[in-house]
Amino acid sequence: MGAKTLYDKLWDAHVVETDENGAALLYIDRQLVHEVTSPQAFEGLRLAGRRPWRTDSHLAVPDHNVPTRDLHEGITDPVSRIQVETLDQHCSDFGITLFRMADPRQGIVHVIGAEQGFTLPGATLVCGDSHTSTHGAFGALAFGIGTSEVEHVLATQTLIQRKSKTLLISVDGEVGPGITAKDIVLAIIGEIGTAGGTGSVIEFAGEAIRALSMEGRMTVCNMAIEAGARAGLIGVDEKTIAYLRGRPYAPSGELFERAADQWRTLVSDPGAHFDRVVRIDAACILPQVTWGTSPEMVAPVGARVPNPADQSDPVKAEGMRRALEYMGLEPGTAITEIRPDKIFIGSCTNSRIEDLRAAAAVVKGRKVAAGIQLALVVPGSGLVKAQAEAEGLDRIFVEAGFEWREPGCSMCLAMNADRLEPGERCASTSNRNFEGRQGQGGRTHLVSPAMAAAAAVTGHFIDVRQL
Amino acid sequence: MEPFKNFTGLLAPLDRANVDTDAIIPKQFLKSIARTGFGPYLFDELRYLDHGEPGMDCSHRPLNPEFVLNDPRYQNADILLARENFGCGSSREHAPWALADYGFRVILAPSFADIFFNNCFKNGLLPIVLAADVIDDLFGQAYGPEALRLRVDLPAQQLTLVSRGERIAFEVDPGHKDRLLKGLDDIGVTLSRADAIRAYEARRGVEAPWLFFSAS
Repeated sequence: MGAKTLYDKLWDAHVVETDENGAALLYIDRQLVHEVTSPQAFEGLRLAGRRPWRTDSHLAVPDHNVPTRDLHEGITDPVSRIQVETLDQHCSDFGITLFRMADPRQGIVHVIGAEQGFTLPGATLVCGDSHTSTHGAFGALAFGIGTSEVEHVLATQTLIQRKSKTLLISVDGEVGPGITAKDIVLAIIGEIGTAGGTGSVIEFAGEAIRALSMEGRMTVCNMAIEAGARAGLIGVDEKTIAYLRGRPYAPSGELFERAADQWRTLVSDPGAHFDRVVRIDAACILPQVTWGTSPEMVAPVGARVPNPADQSDPVKAEGMRRALEYMGLEPGTAITEIRPDKIFIGSCTNSRIEDLRAAAAVVKGRKVAAGIQLALVVPGSGLVKAQAEAEGLDRIFVEAGFEWREPGCSMCLAMNADRLEPGERCASTSNRNFEGRQGQGGRTHLVSPAMAAAAAVTGHFIDVRQL
Repeated sequence: MEPFKNFTGLLAPLDRANVDTDAIIPKQFLKSIARTGFGPYLFDELRYLDHGEPGMDCSHRPLNPEFVLNDPRYQNADILLARENFGCGSSREHAPWALADYGFRVILAPSFADIFFNNCFKNGLLPIVLAADVIDDLFGQAYGPEALRLRVDLPAQQLTLVSRGERIAFEVDPGHKDRLLKGLDDIGVTLSRADAIRAYEARRGVEAPWLFFSAS
């Protein structure tokens, strides 16, 4: 056999068999389940009289609908409440492990998977959620699926798949001081576009990726889907292994060491062939702010809002015009002149302990600016929240004028009460700036936690390195 | 699932790139625990001038006259013509559920987002990738005074423009095609391969036993 990519290795290890059309039956080791994309799947099982193939390979948690304050009141929206109660009922009926709303381990599905060691290198992991790509940071083949496929995995532990193309994105050299994983991934999407990864699995490599913590790597892989990729991957190294040691769902003792030896082989071989290679010079990456309604509409904080008239592709130019109209922005406006109304620090992209530390470091000793109506910090899980509180981060945020909330997806997609009103502008550490994503008519600017914190304390976007 | 049958249908052009699944079906409608009833809320924020909520009676809501599906020429359209990267974003299967519930059976675009593309086939919807110049040409014709009608022949993998008789061939994955034409239940088909899955588990359980037990 010739040199293999990490993706080749993961793929080959999971093919049960290949059918006459050349499609593979791929074995799925792990499935994360949440309340929004699972009810119809469980109902499908029930109607067909089927049981889960394995119950020990699934972990369920409500996250999208959960309120982030006054938890003792439960969920006041009756429709949201029914959805969460339906998850409880289905998990109970089918024998699936569930972290309920009151459980200290509850949180955003893509935060708790890694935190619990449920995500393991060399595994295939799926979830009815596009940001499942997050887990690729551990050298796991992880991707989002629809509800029919959730049901298929429950019933058969497999999916029918075709192998994707491979795209290597190498971020070479070191990033400058103050440049974070979020800036790296936004710069990548700005470079290759939101369809740049379509049909591909992206492997992120290079010194700048190796230098990231596991939290940072999760941020990068999380947004692989915003580049259109099927999955994002990062090869295993000692950071991966150190992160997993002692986690509840990871193996322990001698078995952990045996597993770790196998995990160390989960890197692309030297000379392995990729269908496409993109190289990015890490030193050129600056703090990023999105100005439009697609993550590819992004610019360095020192830049100006671009002019659609300068775009030669008519479909793209029209998209830009529509985006600027929706965003209430004029071409040529300095990004630093844009003033958010709200600040959201959270989501499966940026709600881990390191994200909260980075934001708190900027906020410490400062106050939320007068023009900011609401500044929210929503930790990714109950355990992240407890850790942050043990470090005193909650007090830093609260003293500055932020609200310190309970874990959940919150204002990333506004399925709970946390949302933007029409026309409101938000500096958000989430992953999508689509029209209406954070509330109908809401205007989203995607940034890193440090940049969101900087906007909170100054009232406008600013290069956090200047503070 | 109903088998996919050949048909002649009306085409509606949606001339914007990167149409995301949040636009196809906004988040408030994802709170439903049913698989049906999403059609009236398809493209809700683009289609209506007021804010939609689940359970609303849409027959009295103010329509956005600028939105293509509200144009009298495109009423009862069953083929959607779209631009690149259609269906990007969230994995919500509610998007193809809403499109199918509205009455669409075929979507034509120069490219689709991966998860959305797969989700379509699970719901009897046929997404077809056509070259960008073919899509451009269809957009040009779709805006004429006479709406465009197309004959869709899946077994022959061919579209025919009813007015001009022009034929357009298209590609489709043979597995997807077979399951659409037969209306097969994927799970039933896979369960017929249960022995192979068990054999894989027995082999893999030796190689990587830590993947086969849960938390202590």
